[in-house]
Amino acid sequence: MIPDGLPSDSIGLVTPQTAHFDDPLALACGKTLPAYDLVFETYGILNAERSNAVLICHALSGHHHAAGFHSLEERKPGWWDAHIGPGKSIDTDRFFVVSLNNLGGCHGSTGPISLNPDTSRQWGPEFPMVTVGDWVHSQARLAERLGIERFAAVIGGSLGGMQVLQWALAYPERIANAVVIAATPKLSAQNIAFNEVARQAIRSDPDFHAGWYYEHDTLPRRGLKLARMVGHITYLSADAMGTKFGRDLRSDDFSFGYDVEFQVESYLRYQGDTFSNSFDANTYLLMTKALDYFDPAAAHGGDLARALAPAYCPFLVVSFSTDWRFPPSRSKELVNALIQANKAVSFVNIDSPHGHDAFLMPQPRYQAVFAGFMSRVAHDLNLGGPS
Amino acid sequence: MKRADLTLIHGWVPEGAHILDLACGNGTLLAALARDKHVSGYGLEIDPDGITACLQKGVNVIEQNLDEGLANFEDDACDLVIMTQALQALRRPDLMLDEMLRVAGECIITFPNFAYWRHRAYLGFKGFMPVSKSLPHAWYDTPNIHLSTFNDFEQLCRDKGLIIVDRAVGIGDHEGHWTSRWWPNLFGEIAIFRVSRHRD
Repeated sequence: MIPDGLPSDSIGLVTPQTAHFDDPLALACGKTLPAYDLVFETYGILNAERSNAVLICHALSGHHHAAGFHSLEERKPGWWDAHIGPGKSIDTDRFFVVSLNNLGGCHGSTGPISLNPDTSRQWGPEFPMVTVGDWVHSQARLAERLGIERFAAVIGGSLGGMQVLQWALAYPERIANAVVIAATPKLSAQNIAFNEVARQAIRSDPDFHAGWYYEHDTLPRRGLKLARMVGHITYLSADAMGTKFGRDLRSDDFSFGYDVEFQVESYLRYQGDTFSNSFDANTYLLMTKALDYFDPAAAHGGDLARALAPAYCPFLVVSFSTDWRFPPSRSKELVNALIQANKAVSFVNIDSPHGHDAFLMPQPRYQAVFAGFMSRVAHDLNLGGPS
Repeated sequence: MKRADLTLIHGWVPEGAHILDLACGNGTLLAALARDKHVSGYGLEIDPDGITACLQKGVNVIEQNLDEGLANFEDDACDLVIMTQALQALRRPDLMLDEMLRVAGECIITFPNFAYWRHRAYLGFKGFMPVSKSLPHAWYDTPNIHLSTFNDFEQLCRDKGLIIVDRAVGIGDHEGHWTSRWWPNLFGEIAIFRVSRHRD
Protein backbone atom coordinates (compact mmCIF):
# COMPACT_ATOMS: atom_id res chain seq x y z
CA MET A 1 0.00 0.00 0.00
CA ILE A 2 1.22 3.47 -0.84
CA PRO A 3 1.03 5.69 2.25
CA ASP A 4 -0.77 9.01 1.89
CA GLY A 5 1.36 11.82 0.53
CA LEU A 6 3.52 9.62 -1.73
CA PRO A 7 2.96 9.46 -5.52
CA SER A 8 0.68 6.57 -6.50
CA ASP A 9 3.17 5.25 -9.08
CA SER A 10 5.88 4.99 -6.45
CA ILE A 11 7.04 1.75 -4.90
CA GLY A 12 6.35 3.55 -1.61
CA LEU A 13 8.42 3.28 1.55
CA VAL A 14 11.55 1.19 1.30
CA THR A 15 14.11 0.07 3.88
CA PRO A 16 17.76 -0.64 3.16
CA GLN A 17 19.24 -3.98 4.25
CA THR A 18 22.82 -4.98 4.88
CA ALA A 19 24.47 -8.23 3.86
CA HIS A 20 27.69 -9.13 5.64
CA PHE A 21 30.29 -11.27 3.88
CA ASP A 22 33.06 -13.12 5.64
CA ASP A 23 34.64 -14.77 2.58
CA PRO A 24 37.66 -12.67 1.65
CA LEU A 25 37.35 -10.89 -1.71
CA ALA A 26 40.51 -10.91 -3.82
CA LEU A 27 40.75 -7.62 -5.69
CA ALA A 28 42.29 -6.76 -9.05
CA CYS A 29 44.87 -4.53 -7.34
CA GLY A 30 46.37 -7.59 -5.62
CA LYS A 31 44.98 -6.84 -2.17
CA THR A 32 42.21 -8.75 -0.41
CA LEU A 33 39.23 -7.46 1.53
CA PRO A 34 38.95 -9.88 4.45
CA ALA A 35 35.27 -9.13 5.13
CA TYR A 36 32.78 -6.54 3.94
CA ASP A 37 29.22 -5.29 4.06
CA LEU A 38 27.00 -4.50 1.11
CA VAL A 39 23.97 -2.30 1.71
CA PHE A 40 21.09 -2.81 -0.70
CA GLU A 41 17.39 -2.29 -1.29
CA THR A 42 14.88 -4.50 -3.05
CA TYR A 43 11.62 -3.58 -4.74
CA GLY A 44 8.89 -6.01 -5.80
CA ILE A 45 8.63 -9.70 -4.98
CA LEU A 46 11.02 -12.50 -5.94
CA ASN A 47 8.92 -15.20 -7.61
CA ALA A 48 9.04 -18.86 -6.62
CA GLU A 49 11.28 -19.73 -9.59
CA ARG A 50 13.59 -16.83 -8.65
CA SER A 51 13.59 -15.88 -12.31
CA ASN A 52 12.35 -12.28 -12.12
CA ALA A 53 15.30 -10.56 -10.45
CA VAL A 54 16.79 -7.43 -11.97
CA LEU A 55 20.06 -5.89 -10.77
CA ILE A 56 20.57 -2.12 -10.87
CA CYS A 57 24.16 -0.90 -11.06
CA HIS A 58 24.80 2.67 -9.97
CA ALA A 59 26.90 5.43 -11.48
CA LEU A 60 29.79 7.48 -10.06
CA SER A 61 28.00 9.21 -7.19
CA GLY A 62 25.06 6.83 -6.95
CA HIS A 63 24.02 4.43 -4.22
CA HIS A 64 21.52 1.72 -3.32
CA HIS A 65 18.53 4.05 -2.92
CA ALA A 66 17.25 3.86 -6.49
CA ALA A 67 13.47 4.03 -5.95
CA GLY A 68 10.80 4.82 -3.43
CA PHE A 69 11.15 6.82 -0.22
CA HIS A 70 12.95 6.12 3.03
CA SER A 71 10.42 8.12 4.99
CA LEU A 72 7.33 10.24 4.48
CA GLU A 73 9.50 13.27 5.15
CA GLU A 74 11.97 12.45 2.37
CA ARG A 75 11.67 15.20 -0.22
CA LYS A 76 13.00 13.31 -3.22
CA PRO A 77 12.59 9.62 -4.12
CA GLY A 78 15.50 7.31 -5.07
CA TRP A 79 17.71 8.40 -7.96
CA TRP A 80 16.03 6.20 -10.63
CA ASP A 81 12.45 6.43 -9.38
CA ALA A 82 11.44 7.70 -12.84
CA HIS A 83 12.12 4.22 -14.23
CA ILE A 84 11.57 1.82 -11.32
CA GLY A 85 8.13 1.26 -9.81
CA PRO A 86 4.71 -0.23 -10.46
CA GLY A 87 3.90 0.14 -14.17
CA LYS A 88 7.21 1.87 -14.92
CA SER A 89 9.91 0.70 -17.34
CA ILE A 90 11.35 -1.61 -14.70
CA ASP A 91 7.94 -2.74 -13.53
CA THR A 92 8.01 -3.79 -9.88
CA ASP A 93 4.70 -5.63 -10.40
CA ARG A 94 6.69 -8.07 -12.56
CA PHE A 95 10.29 -7.77 -11.49
CA PHE A 96 12.16 -8.15 -8.22
CA VAL A 97 14.65 -5.29 -8.28
CA VAL A 98 17.95 -5.38 -6.37
CA SER A 99 19.93 -2.16 -6.02
CA LEU A 100 23.13 -1.97 -3.99
CA ASN A 101 25.80 0.47 -2.93
CA ASN A 102 29.12 -0.63 -4.42
CA LEU A 103 32.21 -1.48 -2.40
CA GLY A 104 34.24 1.62 -1.67
CA GLY A 105 31.03 3.64 -1.48
CA CYS A 106 30.05 5.98 1.30
CA HIS A 107 26.38 5.07 1.80
CA GLY A 108 26.68 1.99 3.99
CA SER A 109 28.71 -0.56 2.03
CA THR A 110 32.27 -1.10 3.19
CA GLY A 111 34.43 1.77 2.01
CA PRO A 112 36.99 4.35 3.11
CA ILE A 113 34.77 5.64 5.92
CA SER A 114 34.38 2.11 7.38
CA LEU A 115 36.60 0.81 10.14
CA ASN A 116 39.63 -1.20 9.07
CA PRO A 117 39.57 -4.24 11.40
CA ASP A 118 43.36 -4.50 11.27
CA THR A 119 44.03 -0.98 12.52
CA SER A 120 40.78 -0.10 14.29
CA ARG A 121 40.81 3.23 12.52
CA GLN A 122 38.91 4.22 9.40
CA TRP A 123 40.29 2.84 6.15
CA GLY A 124 40.67 6.31 4.67
CA PRO A 125 43.19 6.42 1.84
CA GLU A 126 44.30 2.86 2.69
CA PHE A 127 41.07 1.39 1.39
CA PRO A 128 42.18 -0.82 -1.49
CA MET A 129 41.49 0.35 -5.02
CA VAL A 130 38.41 -1.44 -6.38
CA THR A 131 37.64 -1.99 -10.05
CA VAL A 132 34.46 -2.60 -12.03
CA GLY A 133 35.45 -6.27 -12.08
CA ASP A 134 35.69 -6.34 -8.27
CA TRP A 135 32.28 -4.71 -7.97
CA VAL A 136 30.67 -7.25 -10.25
CA HIS A 137 32.36 -10.06 -8.31
CA SER A 138 30.85 -8.71 -5.06
CA GLN A 139 27.46 -8.23 -6.74
CA ALA A 140 27.53 -11.87 -7.85
CA ARG A 141 28.06 -12.88 -4.22
CA LEU A 142 25.12 -10.75 -3.16
CA ALA A 143 23.03 -12.53 -5.81
CA GLU A 144 24.05 -15.90 -4.35
CA ARG A 145 23.09 -14.67 -0.92
CA LEU A 146 19.64 -13.74 -2.23
CA GLY A 147 19.26 -17.08 -4.01
CA ILE A 148 19.33 -15.54 -7.49
CA GLU A 149 21.03 -17.88 -9.95
CA ARG A 150 20.45 -15.73 -12.98
CA PHE A 151 19.28 -12.14 -13.32
CA ALA A 152 16.47 -11.52 -15.80
CA ALA A 153 18.38 -8.34 -16.58
CA VAL A 154 21.32 -6.36 -15.28
CA ILE A 155 20.79 -2.67 -15.91
CA GLY A 156 22.87 0.44 -15.44
CA GLY A 157 23.66 3.91 -16.74
CA SER A 158 27.07 5.55 -17.15
CA LEU A 159 29.54 3.76 -14.83
CA GLY A 160 26.60 1.44 -14.07
CA GLY A 161 26.51 0.48 -17.77
CA MET A 162 30.15 -0.58 -17.56
CA GLN A 163 29.24 -2.93 -14.71
CA VAL A 164 26.50 -4.41 -16.90
CA LEU A 165 29.02 -5.03 -19.65
CA GLN A 166 31.37 -6.64 -17.12
CA TRP A 167 28.51 -8.89 -15.93
CA ALA A 168 27.91 -10.12 -19.48
CA LEU A 169 31.60 -10.99 -19.83
CA ALA A 170 32.38 -12.35 -16.36
CA TYR A 171 29.14 -14.23 -15.64
CA PRO A 172 27.52 -14.86 -19.03
CA GLU A 173 25.42 -17.73 -17.65
CA ARG A 174 24.02 -15.59 -14.85
CA ILE A 175 22.62 -12.68 -16.87
CA ALA A 176 19.67 -13.14 -19.23
CA ASN A 177 19.63 -9.57 -20.61
CA ALA A 178 21.97 -6.58 -20.49
CA VAL A 179 20.81 -2.97 -20.59
CA VAL A 180 23.72 -0.55 -21.06
CA ILE A 181 22.67 3.10 -20.94
CA ALA A 182 24.77 6.22 -21.66
CA ALA A 183 27.96 4.26 -21.17
CA THR A 184 31.19 3.51 -23.01
CA PRO A 185 33.42 0.46 -23.40
CA LYS A 186 36.33 2.56 -22.10
CA LEU A 187 37.08 6.13 -21.10
CA SER A 188 38.65 8.49 -23.62
CA ALA A 189 41.72 10.58 -22.82
CA GLN A 190 39.36 13.54 -22.37
CA ASN A 191 37.22 11.59 -19.87
CA ILE A 192 40.32 10.64 -17.88
CA ALA A 193 41.53 14.24 -18.04
CA PHE A 194 38.31 15.51 -16.44
CA ASN A 195 38.60 12.84 -13.75
CA GLU A 196 42.19 13.88 -13.07
CA VAL A 197 41.17 17.53 -12.63
CA ALA A 198 38.56 16.35 -10.11
CA ARG A 199 41.12 14.25 -8.24
CA GLN A 200 43.68 17.03 -8.17
CA ALA A 201 41.07 19.43 -6.83
CA ILE A 202 40.45 17.05 -3.92
CA ARG A 203 44.03 16.04 -3.27
CA SER A 204 45.37 19.59 -3.32
CA ASP A 205 42.83 20.83 -0.75
CA PRO A 206 44.81 21.58 2.48
CA ASP A 207 42.00 19.90 4.40
CA PHE A 208 42.57 16.61 2.54
CA HIS A 209 45.49 15.63 4.82
CA ALA A 210 46.60 12.86 2.43
CA GLY A 211 43.19 11.28 2.84
CA TRP A 212 43.19 11.24 6.68
CA TYR A 213 40.82 14.20 7.01
CA TYR A 214 38.51 12.19 9.31
CA GLU A 215 41.24 12.18 11.93
CA HIS A 216 41.63 15.93 11.64
CA ASP A 217 37.91 16.49 12.16
CA THR A 218 37.57 18.17 8.83
CA LEU A 219 36.53 17.47 5.23
CA PRO A 220 38.20 18.57 1.99
CA ARG A 221 35.05 20.49 1.13
CA ARG A 222 36.61 22.97 -1.27
CA GLY A 223 38.31 20.24 -3.27
CA LEU A 224 35.28 17.99 -3.44
CA LYS A 225 33.11 20.97 -4.36
CA LEU A 226 35.41 21.88 -7.25
CA ALA A 227 35.49 18.23 -8.37
CA ARG A 228 31.71 18.12 -8.40
CA MET A 229 31.44 21.45 -10.24
CA VAL A 230 33.73 20.21 -13.02
CA GLY A 231 31.89 16.91 -13.14
CA HIS A 232 28.54 18.62 -13.27
CA ILE A 233 29.53 20.65 -16.32
CA THR A 234 30.22 17.38 -18.16
CA TYR A 235 26.83 15.95 -17.16
CA LEU A 236 24.87 18.75 -18.82
CA SER A 237 24.81 19.76 -22.46
CA ALA A 238 25.81 23.26 -23.53
CA ASP A 239 22.24 23.77 -24.77
CA ALA A 240 20.66 22.57 -21.53
CA MET A 241 22.87 24.96 -19.58
CA GLY A 242 22.06 27.77 -21.99
CA THR A 243 18.33 27.15 -21.72
CA LYS A 244 18.39 26.79 -17.96
CA PHE A 245 20.67 29.75 -17.12
CA GLY A 246 21.67 31.64 -20.23
CA ARG A 247 23.62 34.70 -19.11
CA ASP A 248 21.07 35.52 -16.43
CA LEU A 249 22.38 37.51 -13.49
CA ARG A 250 21.30 37.20 -9.88
CA SER A 251 21.00 40.99 -9.58
CA ASP A 252 20.30 43.67 -12.16
CA ASP A 253 23.83 44.68 -12.94
CA PHE A 254 27.45 43.55 -12.88
CA SER A 255 29.10 43.98 -9.51
CA PHE A 256 32.61 43.93 -10.99
CA GLY A 257 33.79 41.44 -8.37
CA TYR A 258 34.20 37.69 -7.83
CA ASP A 259 31.08 36.94 -5.85
CA VAL A 260 28.32 34.94 -7.48
CA GLU A 261 26.87 36.99 -10.34
CA PHE A 262 25.66 34.65 -13.06
CA GLN A 263 22.92 32.17 -12.26
CA VAL A 264 25.05 29.33 -13.62
CA GLU A 265 27.73 30.17 -11.03
CA SER A 266 25.15 30.07 -8.30
CA TYR A 267 23.85 26.72 -9.50
CA LEU A 268 27.28 25.09 -9.74
CA ARG A 269 28.32 26.39 -6.31
CA TYR A 270 25.10 25.08 -4.80
CA GLN A 271 25.57 21.65 -6.41
CA GLY A 272 29.18 21.58 -5.25
CA ASP A 273 28.36 22.64 -1.70
CA THR A 274 25.57 20.10 -1.29
CA PHE A 275 27.72 17.32 -2.64
CA SER A 276 30.82 18.18 -0.61
CA ASN A 277 28.86 17.84 2.60
CA SER A 278 27.25 14.52 1.74
CA PHE A 279 29.82 12.52 -0.22
CA ASP A 280 33.13 11.09 0.87
CA ALA A 281 36.20 12.43 -0.95
CA ASN A 282 38.12 9.14 -0.78
CA THR A 283 35.13 7.35 -2.31
CA TYR A 284 35.03 9.93 -5.11
CA LEU A 285 38.72 9.34 -5.81
CA LEU A 286 38.21 5.55 -5.88
CA MET A 287 35.18 5.68 -8.15
CA THR A 288 36.89 7.91 -10.70
CA LYS A 289 39.84 5.50 -10.81
CA ALA A 290 37.47 2.56 -11.33
CA LEU A 291 36.08 4.46 -14.32
CA ASP A 292 39.55 5.17 -15.71
CA TYR A 293 40.76 1.57 -15.40
CA PHE A 294 37.75 -0.07 -17.10
CA ASP A 295 38.73 -1.39 -20.53
CA PRO A 296 37.66 -4.98 -21.22
CA ALA A 297 39.26 -4.86 -24.68
CA ALA A 298 42.74 -4.18 -23.28
CA ALA A 299 43.35 -7.85 -22.45
CA HIS A 300 42.53 -8.69 -26.08
CA GLY A 301 44.93 -6.35 -27.83
CA GLY A 302 42.31 -3.61 -27.91
CA ASP A 303 39.93 -5.81 -29.93
CA LEU A 304 36.56 -5.21 -28.27
CA ALA A 305 34.73 -7.71 -30.48
CA ARG A 306 37.10 -10.44 -29.30
CA ALA A 307 36.70 -9.34 -25.70
CA LEU A 308 32.92 -9.72 -26.10
CA ALA A 309 33.16 -13.36 -27.20
CA PRO A 310 32.03 -14.85 -23.84
CA ALA A 311 28.81 -12.78 -23.74
CA TYR A 312 25.66 -14.44 -24.91
CA CYS A 313 22.73 -12.49 -23.55
CA PRO A 314 20.83 -9.97 -25.70
CA PHE A 315 21.94 -6.36 -25.20
CA LEU A 316 20.00 -3.13 -25.30
CA VAL A 317 22.35 -0.17 -25.72
CA VAL A 318 20.92 3.34 -25.29
CA SER A 319 22.64 6.68 -25.86
CA PHE A 320 21.44 10.30 -25.75
CA SER A 321 21.97 12.76 -28.59
CA THR A 322 23.50 15.62 -26.56
CA ASP A 323 25.55 13.48 -24.15
CA TRP A 324 29.14 14.66 -24.63
CA ARG A 325 30.58 12.83 -21.63
CA PHE A 326 29.82 9.43 -23.19
CA PRO A 327 28.46 10.49 -26.59
CA PRO A 328 26.40 8.26 -28.91
CA SER A 329 29.58 7.44 -30.84
CA ARG A 330 30.93 5.62 -27.76
CA SER A 331 27.76 3.53 -27.49
CA LYS A 332 28.00 2.78 -31.21
CA GLU A 333 31.55 1.53 -30.64
CA LEU A 334 30.12 -1.05 -28.26
CA VAL A 335 27.20 -1.85 -30.57
CA ASN A 336 29.45 -2.32 -33.61
CA ALA A 337 31.76 -4.62 -31.66
CA LEU A 338 28.71 -6.64 -30.54
CA ILE A 339 27.56 -6.85 -34.17
CA GLN A 340 31.03 -7.92 -35.24
CA ALA A 341 30.99 -10.58 -32.53
CA ASN A 342 27.57 -11.76 -33.79
CA LYS A 343 25.78 -10.98 -30.51
CA ALA A 344 22.11 -10.09 -30.15
CA VAL A 345 21.99 -6.32 -29.72
CA SER A 346 19.58 -3.45 -30.16
CA PHE A 347 20.68 0.17 -30.20
CA VAL A 348 18.65 3.31 -29.69
CA ASN A 349 19.88 6.91 -29.69
CA ILE A 350 17.36 9.06 -27.82
CA ASP A 351 16.96 12.67 -28.87
CA SER A 352 17.28 14.65 -25.65
CA PRO A 353 18.58 18.11 -24.75
CA HIS A 354 19.75 17.03 -21.29
CA GLY A 355 23.24 15.71 -22.01
CA HIS A 356 24.60 12.81 -19.95
CA ASP A 357 22.06 13.42 -17.17
CA ALA A 358 19.27 12.41 -19.58
CA PHE A 359 19.70 8.79 -18.50
CA LEU A 360 18.30 9.68 -15.07
CA MET A 361 15.23 11.53 -16.34
CA PRO A 362 11.83 10.49 -17.64
CA GLN A 363 11.29 11.15 -21.35
CA PRO A 364 8.54 9.62 -23.51
CA ARG A 365 10.70 7.90 -26.11
CA TYR A 366 13.27 6.72 -23.56
CA GLN A 367 10.44 5.24 -21.49
CA ALA A 368 8.80 3.60 -24.51
CA VAL A 369 12.08 1.98 -25.55
CA PHE A 370 13.02 0.91 -22.03
CA ALA A 371 9.53 -0.41 -21.22
CA GLY A 372 9.29 -2.09 -24.63
CA PHE A 373 12.51 -4.01 -24.09
CA MET A 374 11.65 -4.91 -20.49
CA SER A 375 8.19 -6.17 -21.48
CA ARG A 376 9.94 -8.50 -23.90
CA VAL A 377 12.27 -9.66 -21.12
CA ALA A 378 9.22 -10.39 -18.96
CA HIS A 379 7.50 -12.18 -21.83
CA ASP A 380 10.50 -14.40 -22.65
CA LEU A 381 10.77 -15.44 -19.00
CA ASN A 382 7.00 -16.01 -18.71
CA LEU A 383 6.58 -13.19 -16.20
CA GLY A 384 3.57 -11.78 -18.08
CA GLY A 385 3.55 -9.22 -20.86
CA PRO A 386 2.56 -8.81 -24.52
CA SER A 387 2.56 -11.92 -26.67
CA MET B 1 2.25 -11.07 -43.28
CA LYS B 2 -0.06 -10.07 -46.08
CA ARG B 3 2.02 -7.77 -48.24
CA ALA B 4 2.87 -9.61 -51.45
CA ASP B 5 6.58 -8.82 -51.35
CA LEU B 6 6.93 -10.07 -47.77
CA THR B 7 5.20 -13.38 -48.59
CA LEU B 8 7.50 -13.95 -51.52
CA ILE B 9 10.64 -13.04 -49.56
CA HIS B 10 9.60 -15.42 -46.80
CA GLY B 11 9.78 -18.24 -49.33
CA TRP B 12 13.19 -17.19 -50.64
CA VAL B 13 15.05 -16.96 -47.32
CA PRO B 14 17.07 -20.07 -46.50
CA GLU B 15 16.69 -21.79 -43.12
CA GLY B 16 19.00 -20.45 -40.39
CA ALA B 17 20.37 -17.60 -42.47
CA HIS B 18 22.13 -14.63 -40.86
CA ILE B 19 20.34 -11.65 -42.33
CA LEU B 20 20.22 -7.90 -42.29
CA ASP B 21 16.87 -6.18 -42.86
CA LEU B 22 17.37 -2.58 -43.96
CA ALA B 23 14.49 -0.29 -42.99
CA CYS B 24 12.93 -3.15 -41.07
CA GLY B 25 9.90 -1.10 -39.95
CA ASN B 26 8.11 -2.69 -37.01
CA GLY B 27 10.08 -5.92 -37.38
CA THR B 28 7.24 -8.03 -38.80
CA LEU B 29 9.39 -9.73 -41.44
CA LEU B 30 12.32 -10.49 -39.11
CA ALA B 31 10.02 -11.80 -36.38
CA ALA B 32 8.25 -14.10 -38.86
CA LEU B 33 11.57 -15.30 -40.32
CA ALA B 34 12.98 -15.92 -36.84
CA ARG B 35 9.89 -17.96 -35.97
CA ASP B 36 9.54 -19.92 -39.21
CA LYS B 37 13.09 -20.06 -40.58
CA HIS B 38 15.20 -19.62 -37.43
CA VAL B 39 17.13 -16.76 -38.95
CA SER B 40 19.39 -14.52 -36.86
CA GLY B 41 20.50 -11.00 -37.59
CA TYR B 42 19.56 -7.37 -37.25
CA GLY B 43 17.05 -4.87 -38.48
CA LEU B 44 18.07 -1.29 -39.21
CA GLU B 45 15.48 1.44 -38.71
CA ILE B 46 15.18 5.12 -37.86
CA ASP B 47 11.47 5.41 -37.17
CA PRO B 48 11.00 5.60 -33.36
CA ASP B 49 7.67 3.74 -33.35
CA GLY B 50 9.09 1.02 -35.59
CA ILE B 51 12.09 0.63 -33.28
CA THR B 52 9.91 0.32 -30.18
CA ALA B 53 7.73 -2.26 -31.93
CA CYS B 54 10.86 -4.26 -32.81
CA LEU B 55 12.02 -4.22 -29.18
CA GLN B 56 8.61 -5.45 -28.06
CA LYS B 57 8.83 -8.31 -30.57
CA GLY B 58 12.33 -9.27 -29.49
CA VAL B 59 13.77 -8.29 -32.89
CA ASN B 60 17.34 -6.97 -32.73
CA VAL B 61 17.05 -3.44 -34.06
CA ILE B 62 19.82 -0.89 -34.62
CA GLU B 63 18.92 2.78 -34.95
CA GLN B 64 20.87 3.67 -38.06
CA ASN B 65 20.33 5.94 -41.04
CA LEU B 66 20.87 3.95 -44.24
CA ASP B 67 22.16 7.02 -46.07
CA GLU B 68 25.22 6.82 -43.80
CA GLY B 69 26.08 3.42 -45.27
CA LEU B 70 26.77 0.05 -43.64
CA ALA B 71 30.38 0.66 -42.62
CA ASN B 72 29.75 -1.00 -39.25
CA PHE B 73 29.11 -4.32 -41.00
CA GLU B 74 32.10 -6.25 -42.28
CA ASP B 75 32.44 -7.75 -45.76
CA ASP B 76 30.33 -10.91 -45.97
CA ALA B 77 29.05 -10.38 -42.43
CA CYS B 78 25.66 -11.84 -43.43
CA ASP B 79 24.20 -14.44 -45.76
CA LEU B 80 21.51 -12.14 -47.07
CA VAL B 81 20.53 -8.47 -46.97
CA ILE B 82 16.88 -7.56 -47.40
CA MET B 83 15.48 -4.12 -48.13
CA THR B 84 11.77 -3.74 -48.68
CA GLN B 85 10.24 -0.51 -49.93
CA ALA B 86 13.16 1.72 -48.98
CA LEU B 87 15.41 1.89 -52.05
CA GLN B 88 13.40 4.77 -53.49
CA ALA B 89 13.86 6.84 -50.32
CA LEU B 90 17.66 6.66 -50.27
CA ARG B 91 20.00 9.43 -51.37
CA ARG B 92 22.08 7.05 -53.52
CA PRO B 93 20.30 3.75 -54.25
CA ASP B 94 23.15 2.62 -56.51
CA LEU B 95 25.75 2.97 -53.73
CA MET B 96 23.46 1.18 -51.30
CA LEU B 97 23.22 -1.72 -53.73
CA ASP B 98 27.05 -1.93 -53.69
CA GLU B 99 27.03 -1.82 -49.89
CA MET B 100 24.40 -4.55 -49.62
CA LEU B 101 26.40 -6.84 -51.89
CA ARG B 102 29.57 -6.13 -49.95
CA VAL B 103 27.94 -7.21 -46.67
CA ALA B 104 26.30 -10.32 -48.18
CA GLY B 105 26.63 -12.30 -51.39
CA GLU B 106 22.93 -11.94 -52.09
CA CYS B 107 20.26 -9.36 -51.52
CA ILE B 108 16.52 -9.02 -51.92
CA ILE B 109 15.13 -5.63 -52.84
CA THR B 110 11.55 -4.51 -53.29
CA PHE B 111 10.33 -1.09 -54.39
CA PRO B 112 7.25 0.51 -55.96
CA ASN B 113 7.29 0.17 -59.75
CA PHE B 114 6.72 3.64 -61.14
CA ALA B 115 5.85 2.18 -64.55
CA TYR B 116 2.83 0.27 -63.14
CA TRP B 117 -0.11 0.91 -65.49
CA ARG B 118 -2.16 2.73 -62.87
CA HIS B 119 0.75 5.11 -62.21
CA ARG B 120 1.12 5.67 -65.94
CA ALA B 121 -2.59 6.32 -66.29
CA TYR B 122 -2.58 8.71 -63.33
CA LEU B 123 0.17 10.76 -64.89
CA GLY B 124 -0.92 10.24 -68.51
CA PHE B 125 -4.61 10.98 -68.17
CA LYS B 126 -4.92 13.07 -65.04
CA GLY B 127 -1.63 14.89 -65.47
CA PHE B 128 -0.78 14.64 -61.77
CA MET B 129 2.06 12.85 -59.99
CA PRO B 130 0.71 9.36 -59.26
CA VAL B 131 -0.78 8.67 -55.85
CA SER B 132 -1.62 5.04 -55.09
CA LYS B 133 -1.49 2.39 -52.42
CA SER B 134 2.21 1.84 -53.06
CA LEU B 135 2.90 5.57 -53.54
CA PRO B 136 0.63 7.18 -50.96
CA HIS B 137 2.39 10.55 -50.58
CA ALA B 138 1.90 13.90 -52.27
CA TRP B 139 4.80 15.07 -54.45
CA TYR B 140 5.90 17.70 -51.93
CA ASP B 141 6.16 15.55 -48.81
CA THR B 142 7.11 12.19 -50.25
CA PRO B 143 10.17 10.44 -48.82
CA ASN B 144 10.47 8.72 -52.21
CA ILE B 145 13.18 10.79 -53.88
CA HIS B 146 14.42 8.16 -56.35
CA LEU B 147 11.43 6.54 -57.99
CA SER B 148 12.26 3.98 -60.64
CA THR B 149 10.72 1.28 -62.75
CA PHE B 150 11.12 -2.47 -62.96
CA ASN B 151 13.14 -1.94 -66.15
CA ASP B 152 15.30 0.79 -64.62
CA PHE B 153 16.44 -1.49 -61.82
CA GLU B 154 17.15 -4.35 -64.17
CA GLN B 155 19.27 -1.96 -66.22
CA LEU B 156 21.20 -0.86 -63.11
CA CYS B 157 21.93 -4.49 -62.21
CA ARG B 158 23.15 -5.14 -65.76
CA ASP B 159 25.38 -2.03 -65.66
CA LYS B 160 26.91 -3.21 -62.39
CA GLY B 161 27.43 -6.74 -63.72
CA LEU B 162 25.15 -8.21 -61.04
CA ILE B 163 23.25 -11.44 -61.37
CA ILE B 164 19.48 -11.34 -61.12
CA VAL B 165 18.73 -14.66 -59.43
CA ASP B 166 15.00 -14.11 -59.37
CA ARG B 167 12.51 -11.35 -60.08
CA ALA B 168 8.84 -10.98 -59.52
CA VAL B 169 6.15 -8.40 -59.10
CA GLY B 170 3.30 -8.05 -56.69
CA ILE B 171 -0.02 -6.31 -57.00
CA GLY B 172 -1.46 -5.07 -53.75
CA ASP B 173 -1.68 -7.96 -51.32
CA HIS B 174 -1.22 -10.60 -54.01
CA GLU B 175 1.61 -12.10 -55.94
CA GLY B 176 1.60 -11.21 -59.59
CA HIS B 177 -1.30 -12.02 -61.90
CA TRP B 178 -0.40 -13.82 -65.15
CA THR B 179 -0.34 -10.51 -66.99
CA SER B 180 2.39 -9.24 -64.70
CA ARG B 181 4.54 -12.26 -65.46
CA TRP B 182 4.48 -11.34 -69.14
CA TRP B 183 4.66 -7.59 -68.77
CA PRO B 184 6.06 -6.95 -65.29
CA ASN B 185 7.04 -3.37 -66.04
CA LEU B 186 3.45 -2.57 -66.94
CA PHE B 187 1.40 -4.81 -64.64
CA GLY B 188 3.57 -5.06 -61.55
CA GLU B 189 2.86 -2.63 -58.72
CA ILE B 190 5.75 -3.75 -56.52
CA ALA B 191 9.03 -4.88 -58.05
CA ILE B 192 10.86 -7.69 -56.23
CA PHE B 193 14.43 -8.57 -57.13
CA ARG B 194 16.79 -11.18 -55.80
CA VAL B 195 20.28 -10.16 -56.84
CA SER B 196 23.68 -11.71 -56.27
CA ARG B 197 27.18 -10.53 -56.93
CA HIS B 198 28.41 -13.90 -58.17
CA ARG B 199 27.03 -17.03 -59.80
CA ASP B 200 26.43 -19.90 -57.35
